[in-house]
Amino acid sequence: MLEIGLAHYLTVAAILFTLGLFGIFLNRKNVIIILMSIELMLLAVNINLVAFSTHLGDLMGQIFAMFILTVAAAEAAIGLAILVVYYRNRGSIAVEDINVMKG
Amino acid sequence: MVTTPDLLAAGPEIFLAVMGMVLMMIGVFSPEKRALGIVSGLTVASFAVVLAYYLFMASGERSVAFAGLFVTDAFAIFMKALVLLGGILVLLMGDSFVRREGMARFEFPILVIYATVGMMMMISANDLISLYMGLELQSLSLYVIAAIQRDRIRSSEAGLKYFVLGALSSGLLLYGCSMIYGFAGTTQFEALAGLFDGKSAEASAGLVVGIVFLSAGLAFKVSAVPFHMWTPDVYEGAPTPVTAFFAVAPKVAAIALFLRVMLEPFGGLIEEWRQVIVLISVASMVLGAFAAIAQNNIKRLMAYSSIGHVGYALIGLAAGSEEGLRGVLIYMAIYLVMNVGAFACILSMKVNDRMVENIDDLAGTAKSHPMMALGILIFMFSLAGIPPMAGFFGKFFIFMSAIEAELYTLAVIGVVSSVVGAYYYLRIVKIVFFDDLMEMFDKPIDRPLRVIMAATGIVTILFFIWPSPLLESASVAAAALFATPG
Repeated sequence: MLEIGLAHYLTVAAILFTLGLFGIFLNRKNVIIILMSIELMLLAVNINLVAFSTHLGDLMGQIFAMFILTVAAAEAAIGLAILVVYYRNRGSIAVEDINVMKG
Repeated sequence: MVTTPDLLAAGPEIFLAVMGMVLMMIGVFSPEKRALGIVSGLTVASFAVVLAYYLFMASGERSVAFAGLFVTDAFAIFMKALVLLGGILVLLMGDSFVRREGMARFEFPILVIYATVGMMMMISANDLISLYMGLELQSLSLYVIAAIQRDRIRSSEAGLKYFVLGALSSGLLLYGCSMIYGFAGTTQFEALAGLFDGKSAEASAGLVVGIVFLSAGLAFKVSAVPFHMWTPDVYEGAPTPVTAFFAVAPKVAAIALFLRVMLEPFGGLIEEWRQVIVLISVASMVLGAFAAIAQNNIKRLMAYSSIGHVGYALIGLAAGSEEGLRGVLIYMAIYLVMNVGAFACILSMKVNDRMVENIDDLAGTAKSHPMMALGILIFMFSLAGIPPMAGFFGKFFIFMSAIEAELYTLAVIGVVSSVVGAYYYLRIVKIVFFDDLMEMFDKPIDRPLRVIMAATGIVTILFFIWPSPLLESASVAAAALFATPG
């Protein structure tokens, strides 16, 4: 039987984190997908923290994960609010349309 | 059981957070026309109260609150005083703009309060968890402030870009925190410092990955190259008082956090991270100097200028010595004063009640507004680092510390890029004094702007006569961070 250990959790978390990172940079379609990618990154970090927490037998990691969950919710709310404001002004949320200022 | 003295060290933050909530109520229940004025005035007053507490009453002794999550010492007090000063000045000089440009809502000063509380928590963070909470409280408020002109496309685009890239950087930072927690087994700064004490400090690969991610996240917040791409767009798109706020307060707080994290918990690993900081610093200085040359928008130019200044400040961190730290503290104080002054000039650039932002619009200001032209001259010379302006002394202490730490290449690159950077500052001075007048700016300039321009201008130009208060308090603050037990 394959024992699922710390390394497996870390690998999953690393893969999810990388997916989130690439989701932000490679996505050319929709800002909502960027918001989803950000959530994915934060949740990957949570997997990391909880896995380390059980591995070390230390509760701090799980407390940290709770804080991250709370902040991620607030972050999503603010992100969507800004997105709505942006949509009202621009009439589009396609990533390639976010180009009033070139940079 | 939490005893009262445990919370006492965080008293100013608790006071400001409570004031934020009280002011929200006051804003809702006062007449709509006067809400902004009342809330704004009370915000400045509560900042001033806390600033006075830090300047005259707070002891620089190290004390912790919330079971070691939060710490105050002379370093924290120095940086918090700078942040509060920046907040007060920006609120005062932004007032007329806020009323005129469709952002006259009492939520603006309240968001500034919460952002400031977040910055103060960052400066006092003594644990990875409180670091993250402070950083997010600051960032979430700043995202909203950037987009506060909600009927302007540029402002909301600035907010959106800042949000996406800021959230990305928080993700990187958190991933770093999780790796550090996993491989060091603790999130507390003292415990981490204890692990790397002594000469045989060696970090596992996982820990190094963690530190790299953490410093990438922090480099994002101070807008150092290669994590600077949000800065020009956000600075250009955000309303000008907000840009002024971004350029001073969060930058000071993020630098303070960067210094504390690198020197306190990971001070023993300086050989591991010094190369990274040197690279970031060189890249920021060079990009700040060259990219600003091609800019036409003055806010965009200030964005590149701030990237360059962060590069100089990071030289002091790369030196990793008490001298270097003292240099950074002096630099940030001077940077704050001259940047506030420069933004007071930018806020006075309006033609027929309409804000203009192009550098060419400054042509001939010397003929129509001699005093404002003098102000621009002082601030640009100071930003370029020409003696005897204050900016020269900021750079001087930084470069001295680099030479003492035997980072000669870094010091030389710093001096060279500062010379290149002088080109675009002096170009502004040339346009102001020698080009022909095209459009005249409105007269008279608002009183708060004139007062702030005069005050920061006098401080900038006369700093060399009486520098000892700043130099001494910076020395005390730098010593406090290095005297940390652990």
